Amino acid sequence: MYAYLIRRILATIPVMAVVAVFVFSLLFLSPGDPAAIIAGDLATADDIARIRERLGLNEPFLVQFGKWVFNLMRGDLGVSIFSNLPVSKLMLQRLEPTLMLTSTTLVIAICAAVPMGVIAAWKAGTFIDRGVMLFAVLGFSFPSFVLGYLLIYTFSIKLEVLPVQGYTSISKGFGPFLNNIILPSLTLGMVQAALVARMTRTSVLEVLAEDYIRTAHAKGLATHKVLIGHALKNAAVPIVTIIGVSFALLIGGAIITESVFAIPGLGRLTVDAILRRDYPIIQGVILVFSGAYVLVNLAVDIIYTFLDPRIRF
Amino acid sequence: MVQATQTMTRPDPGSGGAERVLEIENLKTHFFTRDGVVRAVDGVSYHVLKGETLGVVGESGCGKSVSALSVLRLIAKPGRIVQGSIKMSGRNLLDLSDREMRSIRGNDISMIFQEPMTSLNPVLTLGRQIAETIMLHQGLSKKDAWDKSVEMLKLVRIPEAERRVTEYPFQMSGGMRQRVMIAMALSCNPKVLLADEPTTALDVTIQAQILHLMLELKEKLGTAIVLITHDLGVVAETCQRIVVMYAGKKVEEATADELFERPLHPYTVGLMKSVPRLDRAAVEEQARLMEIPGMVPSLKNMPPGCAFAPRCVFATERCRIEEPGFEMKAGGHFAACFNSDKVAETYHG
Repeated sequence: MYAYLIRRILATIPVMAVVAVFVFSLLFLSPGDPAAIIAGDLATADDIARIRERLGLNEPFLVQFGKWVFNLMRGDLGVSIFSNLPVSKLMLQRLEPTLMLTSTTLVIAICAAVPMGVIAAWKAGTFIDRGVMLFAVLGFSFPSFVLGYLLIYTFSIKLEVLPVQGYTSISKGFGPFLNNIILPSLTLGMVQAALVARMTRTSVLEVLAEDYIRTAHAKGLATHKVLIGHALKNAAVPIVTIIGVSFALLIGGAIITESVFAIPGLGRLTVDAILRRDYPIIQGVILVFSGAYVLVNLAVDIIYTFLDPRIRF
Repeated sequence: MVQATQTMTRPDPGSGGAERVLEIENLKTHFFTRDGVVRAVDGVSYHVLKGETLGVVGESGCGKSVSALSVLRLIAKPGRIVQGSIKMSGRNLLDLSDREMRSIRGNDISMIFQEPMTSLNPVLTLGRQIAETIMLHQGLSKKDAWDKSVEMLKLVRIPEAERRVTEYPFQMSGGMRQRVMIAMALSCNPKVLLADEPTTALDVTIQAQILHLMLELKEKLGTAIVLITHDLGVVAETCQRIVVMYAGKKVEEATADELFERPLHPYTVGLMKSVPRLDRAAVEEQARLMEIPGMVPSLKNMPPGCAFAPRCVFATERCRIEEPGFEMKAGGHFAACFNSDKVAETYHG
């Protein structure tokens, strides 16, 4: 058990190292000279050269990389080219809305999708099953920005029950927070719910054909006990896997959703940084998102051990 | 037929006039597939006496497992019980509500299956799986049910039961798992245990252990066993009465002694001759292992007349046209064959 955990944790190190190399190379791989961008349209060649010197852009790649990693270890992600503020501070300011949006989305998506998938599997072939599958296909193929505007149009403009956009911190009360977060979460969660519902259905359906399900029925257990107590636990590993993998969708989706709903989160920060070629911020955001992805999948690996005893040993 | 069994000429000790705990009457379980109706069980009747071991014998696909699953009403779609009755203590199980049926499963009637490797839930501890049944049917608390689970594991002779009860199925061998299945099945003192090829997937050495364990517990708990198998050797050792099935129908029924001494259906004879016997190895001609030619007919497309006729050496013109009735040929001995006299004559035990 512990050997497994340590192995998993150690395995994240090379992943993060590759991410770091990639993120740093971004500066060199992308077109355009950051020094020239900072200097602006009216700068002379001398100005640009001076800025290059100041940012250390003239030093060899490996030296620059070494310095960058060294700073990274101390939590220093560099300074924004435009605002001259530390990237870590800028990101921290934007962290809460994104964190809240993604976690609310995850909770809503899982709470809706897993029961839907289980029921679809149980009622496989019926119109209930077809309904869930139709939802899954639609949810997956519907662009989130279209869905977002549709929701705004329906609930904010026509029915006037929810705010059009913006974000209220949870520290200002749960009610207002929920009011603001519900539409973005639905928008963001649709793809994920569709994916998880599909996977749940497939996985449960497969498990329902197993001999031990027949044993459970032969014991006299009620259907819901067989479904939840016996089938779902066996079906859980692929479901949890897909939730972990789909976390990437969540991050990508958050960037679009935050733009549609004007939420001042990391996604907006990213979009703004890309438009301005504010490389340190882009690097910081990618690192944090990758780190979060790796952590979520580490959590998934740990959850496996609770779901399936065969993995534990 | 009721009378016939009561006046059996050679009743097994203790079974004469005994109470019938389970009575299947004219059961028809059909599967409505896209390619047509498969008549897996087509008008089968048998009963189980209190505390006896009844053997249900036949090749794969003859409907013996389906008849057992029908008793628990665990037939999955597209299968359906289309006709018949399954009576237990005067109640027809086919008329019960789902809730009432659930209170029978695992409680009055329980079942063990052919595949011990896959019949236990891999992600739940053995204790949880056994205790679940006990809590459900006996209303015991979690702790008491757990204690009873340990007790049941001891009963089926699992060493270190206290520790084993917290383990998972993958930590056990096939034989051990089948013991756990037996423990689970017997945990609520069922009146009938349906054992569907319980030893087929096990090593020969383990087979005997499991069979003896089942018989011993049967004596101890007074449970009647329906032993479903294709293995006549197993049946000969363990059963008092035997029902032979072929292509969804019952073709012969007798006490075990009678059946092995004087089989009246050519299919039964075929089954017996296809079992290797060491005690006959000396006489070369008789030592030859016989096989039954041909295959079980497609249950979708049954020939007219006797279903066994195409494979039968005794078959006459009549067999191919007319279906033989299931009749009493001697006291307590029934068979569905026009030529049972000839069969009996030619069979030398």
